[in-house]
Amino acid sequence: MNTARSDFRAPQYDPALRGRVIALSILVLAVWKMSQLTEFDWIGLIHAFSDPAPRAFLLSFFPPAHSIVFLKLAILETWRTVAIATCGLFIAGLVGFPVAIVLTRVLSLSAIGKTIEASSWISRGMRGVLRSSMIFLRSVPELIWALLLVRVVGLGPTAGVLAIAITYSGMLGKVYAEIFESVDQAPILSLLNQGGSRLQSFAFGLLPQCSDELISYTVYRWECAVRSSVILGFVGAGGLGQQMDLSMKMFAGNEVCTLLLMFVILVSFADWMSKTLRKVWA
Amino acid sequence: MNPRIVAIFSLLMMVVASFASLDLNLSAFFEPDAMSSMGRFVSEFLHPDLQSVFLYKVFLASLETIAMSALSTLIAAFLGLLIAFKARGVRPLLNILRSVPELVWASLLLIAVGLGPFAGTLALALHTTGVLGRLYLEAIENQTEGPAFALSAAGASPAQVFFFARLPQALPQLVSYTVYRWENNIRAAAVLGVVGEGGLGQMLSFHLGLFQMNKAATVIAATLILVTLVDSVSDRIRRYLG
Repeated sequence: MNTARSDFRAPQYDPALRGRVIALSILVLAVWKMSQLTEFDWIGLIHAFSDPAPRAFLLSFFPPAHSIVFLKLAILETWRTVAIATCGLFIAGLVGFPVAIVLTRVLSLSAIGKTIEASSWISRGMRGVLRSSMIFLRSVPELIWALLLVRVVGLGPTAGVLAIAITYSGMLGKVYAEIFESVDQAPILSLLNQGGSRLQSFAFGLLPQCSDELISYTVYRWECAVRSSVILGFVGAGGLGQQMDLSMKMFAGNEVCTLLLMFVILVSFADWMSKTLRKVWA
Repeated sequence: MNPRIVAIFSLLMMVVASFASLDLNLSAFFEPDAMSSMGRFVSEFLHPDLQSVFLYKVFLASLETIAMSALSTLIAAFLGLLIAFKARGVRPLLNILRSVPELVWASLLLIAVGLGPFAGTLALALHTTGVLGRLYLEAIENQTEGPAFALSAAGASPAQVFFFARLPQALPQLVSYTVYRWENNIRAAAVLGVVGEGGLGQMLSFHLGLFQMNKAATVIAATLILVTLVDSVSDRIRRYLG
């Protein structure tokens, strides 16, 4: 008889119990502390939507505003949102593209015949400064740029276009340079060594290798810029966001609803368009 | 016709139409007036307010921003888990939650719950639930069925299958998604304040509104430091999780 075997009994408790209890209590403590910091009112959450004012606002969402005048306005503002994103990104490309060419170490003339690390310290220093300023432009959120610019150039689409142009030129400059550096260097170096100028080596040795990737990345960023440009409207930079902000301040729920719908349509349109365009260059 | 030529042509048309239809005044940026105010901004920016009283305020606002982003991510993670466990028919709802940006949620919630970090946290939580819910659902749907099948064949209840097979199996991926969203949320929380939702953003728009550029500079610097810190922390965690 095998008594040892029948003595074995599967544990009747959760083998991971201790760890789970400890993790859970830390979590509860953290949530409690953070709720204090953010004035998070778990009970008020229930009241928030049963109070008459917010409920009336929510109820006024239906039916959405659909007068011809307002629809025309909504469509116009939607187009302006797209236009702000497009103009901003175009300017960003105009800035980012040449910056990326300068940043690309493969094209360095002072490194001809040497390794890249042996290029002159001036050119390395300049590249470092340029790269960090691109990173700075990119890491300040576009909304903060817009807040600043609204105070410089006044309310309206100009501030939005400039905010997108600034943020995205940092982004495009840095990423274009990364794309340029990821290609096969042999054609570029042979052009440079044969006496080709920096631009010639770029145009005939580098660009043909990565033009598809460049376009597809830019189109993807255009999609992001459309989303940003809605948000920028909230600080007065024009377009759909500004209209939404106005309608909210007037408690016109039906208008907000229409604008939200327009926004969802716009985002899915930008999504679709960016997918289609990127497929052309896939 | 070559589809690329068509695409390039239509893109160019769109750029031209955009510039033509907007009443842009880009030269305003380079006018002496704007230039001088830019110059004044920049010179004040280079002298950030570093008085300890003000720095302490900025520190408190940073804490608030961190708490907003972390709490909202936790709420979203909890709701996302619920969705992944039970409610599979909610994809359309998740899409709506996801496609409305945080800032729009925030200004909608202002009306319901008023100014302050509470509305901001809720707004972040709503948007993040949409994102995390979908990612969690996909992570759990795409895992191998073996362990879950073994448990249910041995007579485990659906809850036991979820907590002892599906969840542990997907956990590293779920945590990695969550940390990544937290990183996004701290950026979002830093700017949400602009519509009055507390934290660093609210301080920024307040001081910018009063044209106190030296204070605004301190707040922007704090935002950049905070974002960089969280980036590196979340990068470490995600690399650790593989």
